[in-house]
Amino acid sequence: MTMQLEQSPTTGDEVITNYTINFGPQHPAAHGVLRMVMELDGEIIERVDPHVGLLHRGTEKLIEYKTYLQALPYFDRLDYCSPLAQEYSYILAIEKLLNVEVPIRAQYLRVLFAELTRICNHMLNLGSHVMDVGAMTPNLWMFEIREDCLNFFERASGARMHSAWFRPGGVHQDVPLKLLTDIGDWLDTRLPELFEDAMSLVVDNRIFKQRNVDIALVSKEDALAWGFSGPMIRAAGIAWDLRKSQPYDVYDRMDFEIPVGTNSDCYDRFMVRVEEVRQSAKIMKQCLAEMPEGPIASSDRKVVPPKRGEMKSSMEALIHHFKLYTEGFHVPAGEVYVATESPKGEFGVYLVSDGSNKPYRCKIRPTAFSHLQAMDMMCKGHMLPDATAILGAIDVVFGECDR
Amino acid sequence: MAVIHSAPKCASNEGVADALKGALGDAVTGVHEEHGEILISISREKLADVMRSLRDDHAYQQLMEIAGVDYPSRAERFEVCYCLLSVTKNHRVIVKVCTDEAKPVPSITGIWPNAGWLEREVFDMYGVLFAGNEDLRRILTDYGFEGHPFRKDFPLSGYVELRYSEEDKRVVYQPVTLAQDFRSFDFMSPWEGADYVLPGDEKAAESPAPPTVDIPKTTEKPSDTGAGAKTDAKADDKVAAAPAQTDGGKAADAPTPTEDRPARKSRKGKTKDTAQATEPKKDNGI
Repeated sequence: MTMQLEQSPTTGDEVITNYTINFGPQHPAAHGVLRMVMELDGEIIERVDPHVGLLHRGTEKLIEYKTYLQALPYFDRLDYCSPLAQEYSYILAIEKLLNVEVPIRAQYLRVLFAELTRICNHMLNLGSHVMDVGAMTPNLWMFEIREDCLNFFERASGARMHSAWFRPGGVHQDVPLKLLTDIGDWLDTRLPELFEDAMSLVVDNRIFKQRNVDIALVSKEDALAWGFSGPMIRAAGIAWDLRKSQPYDVYDRMDFEIPVGTNSDCYDRFMVRVEEVRQSAKIMKQCLAEMPEGPIASSDRKVVPPKRGEMKSSMEALIHHFKLYTEGFHVPAGEVYVATESPKGEFGVYLVSDGSNKPYRCKIRPTAFSHLQAMDMMCKGHMLPDATAILGAIDVVFGECDR
Repeated sequence: MAVIHSAPKCASNEGVADALKGALGDAVTGVHEEHGEILISISREKLADVMRSLRDDHAYQQLMEIAGVDYPSRAERFEVCYCLLSVTKNHRVIVKVCTDEAKPVPSITGIWPNAGWLEREVFDMYGVLFAGNEDLRRILTDYGFEGHPFRKDFPLSGYVELRYSEEDKRVVYQPVTLAQDFRSFDFMSPWEGADYVLPGDEKAAESPAPPTVDIPKTTEKPSDTGAGAKTDAKADDKVAAAPAQTDGGKAADAPTPTEDRPARKSRKGKTKDTAQATEPKKDNGI
């Protein structure tokens, strides 16, 4: 931490007027590499200037040099806490340009795993949020749940985090029945036990409430003007959820509630996420109950490559396989903006195609960018330790913010 | 085209484009509806008025995204796309303006405060200037970075790389050196979209173009195909006799056979000599 001492202009005495300190870029509560230049009056925050971009990898530029399918794994690496939710926007953008029909089982599978991703993401966020304000135990318990989620991802896709399992036209591979029954058992037994235990330590805890209630109040008008989305806008009392208002895949068949906050503070943001976990579990149970048998990817051979078994016996399939994995499919020219409800908010992909096999431009709309920009507005007048609670409640991940 | 994809479904676009075109008047230079998106191109000078009108009169409360796009072949090469969302009408529109390196776009930070960072990003990546944005610093690239990396003429590898210098005890910048050539795969079919000349194709430019045919040759009727009873009858005919064998002996320019090596003494050990096995059989009547 650096400190600047200024001369008092009137008396000539050496008095401390305002500190300017660096919060981060290496700070455990910064949730990654965030540098915040803070101007403090004593312990009161006067001004915050977040410096982002320390994790900028030029993902959008790299995507312009890859075919549509090769660009998919980059999305796992944006918000590495909720990989499948990022893929979702991208594949839906491609499907919208291609206008390809997705089989119903694939739609159910995608919704199922998107909600599992939401639980997985919220476990990390809720756990680190309570740890930022001083509690240790709930985080450890919630990492148990997160570990279960990652195991499920591994069983479905072979990778614990960077699944690359959602594909344009469906999903990459079908899941074994045992995995679905195991997820069902987990939803009935382990998840509620661990999660409710962990929450019982936190939600009514006096210290936790003192650190979060009435911190960073944001009015409805401000939430709209600053481009808030996801739990941030719902905590402000606006029942806005893209899964309900602009349903994609089979979300319109799902029966779930949108939790909203009443006070629009950090505590509400936390509690909105807590309830979202329960609602996600409800959606997953419906998916498991209703999921039909059938194909898991579109039968359009110009988009979805054939499976290996078919490829070994059919010349036609071999040609399609070769063409799709070298040249890739061509996407009709046009531009779309597709946004889905990622665990952190509206994650959008603005995709411009020139009709070739590579995206002409792929602009990623990160959720954290708008929220982090409002740090100055939210922190003003609060104490320095409140900044960590505010950051925790934003749920910021820099892989996604900096791209 | 019927919508069969399962991307997010928002409120219907029907009539929205025309209504907005009528309401925004001559600020609109073009309205385009494609793939379920409404794209409104407007003149750069009137951007702030249009945005204010869209927010206040047409209930597009949220600015979700500002995306820059680079089209180097155009006179005004940059396109700045504003993605707006209405949470009351449950609808999205994309508003576009064009500009180049020199002409600034009016800032809309006075209308949406979150435009500040989004404009900074477009400035950082493309070098588009925003008049009225008081904090137009770089945002994602390094402190002191030069150039605008998302322009199409900026190489993917960049111009500089950095490393920790043991002598200077600090991170130093140096021109980028690639250990291997940059691999840019061209998967386009050569006869569809290759931007290079295929080997041998340069001769085509020298020779005159083949004459154009007025009536292309088609096979509409079975008789055009050349198939039928007549052809079937001819099918049995012998095509041509095989050339007669005039000379039974060896070909004229056959190489002289190699001479046999002198016979070696048989081996002393227990293993058998395999010399006989390599000899051709004499008694098979050839």
